[in-house]
Amino acid sequence: MIGRSRLARIVAACVGGPLFCAVPISATAAPHVYTVVIDKLRFGPLPAKLHQGDTILWVNKDMFRHTATALDHSFDIDLMPGQSGKAVLAKTGPISFVCRYHPSMKGVLQVK
Amino acid sequence: MKSQVSLFCAATLLGLAGPAVAADAPTDPQIAHIAYTAGNIDIAAGKQALAKSHSKAIRSFAQEMVRDHTAVNNKALALVRKLQVTPEDNPTSQSLTKDAGTERAKLAKLRGAAFDREYINNEIAYHKTVNSALESTLIPNAKNGELKSLLQTGLTLFREHQTHAEQVAKALK
Repeated sequence: MIGRSRLARIVAACVGGPLFCAVPISATAAPHVYTVVIDKLRFGPLPAKLHQGDTILWVNKDMFRHTATALDHSFDIDLMPGQSGKAVLAKTGPISFVCRYHPSMKGVLQVK
Repeated sequence: MKSQVSLFCAATLLGLAGPAVAADAPTDPQIAHIAYTAGNIDIAAGKQALAKSHSKAIRSFAQEMVRDHTAVNNKALALVRKLQVTPEDNPTSQSLTKDAGTERAKLAKLRGAAFDREYINNEIAYHKTVNSALESTLIPNAKNGELKSLLQTGLTLFREHQTHAEQVAKALK
């Protein structure tokens, strides 16, 4: 019993240690999943504060097939009506994206 | 004599009543018929392209036309059933169908790059024509809110298709 609690303390020290010591909090913030809804041939509002490692969940609520295709080829999500798909933002910087089928559907994700 | 009268009546209807109907505001059953016909024409053109073209870009575009217009027309069918409206044939639908038949026959005689060019150029022209009809006549005259909303989605879609067709045409050259 004593051994187990000691082990728990060691584990807590290992996991918690870096959080409160050397590494800045922003760099260790858990990645978020943000939803972007596609409907009526438009991409809905885009999340403002995106960070590297975050995920976009693209939800196609439209009656048409759409894609969310990054111009830098970092993601290409192809969605039939009613489908959804995830894209992990692997790098920082602006990422321009379009729907390959409907050229006026486009946007830019700002990833910090 | 009787047949002459009938012919006269038919001619009068075609010559006077036809343009009169077109000039008058179309009713919702007529608007539904025109919109459905316009979609069906583009589906048929897309299927013709899929049967004849070997171009990846043209085939992908044609698949998109078939897919998107089928989706809108399915919604339109569900809506007219819900509203218990019977779409009504009219001179505008007839004119669209007649022109589409002429274009279809023209395309049937072409092959390869000549077919691809004619198909995509006609898609640009056709979408422009339908966009203009939706904007100037069909949407402003639609009485039912759900029909109007579906037509507005149709207009957004047709505009996207026109832009996409222009991109495909540019890439073919």
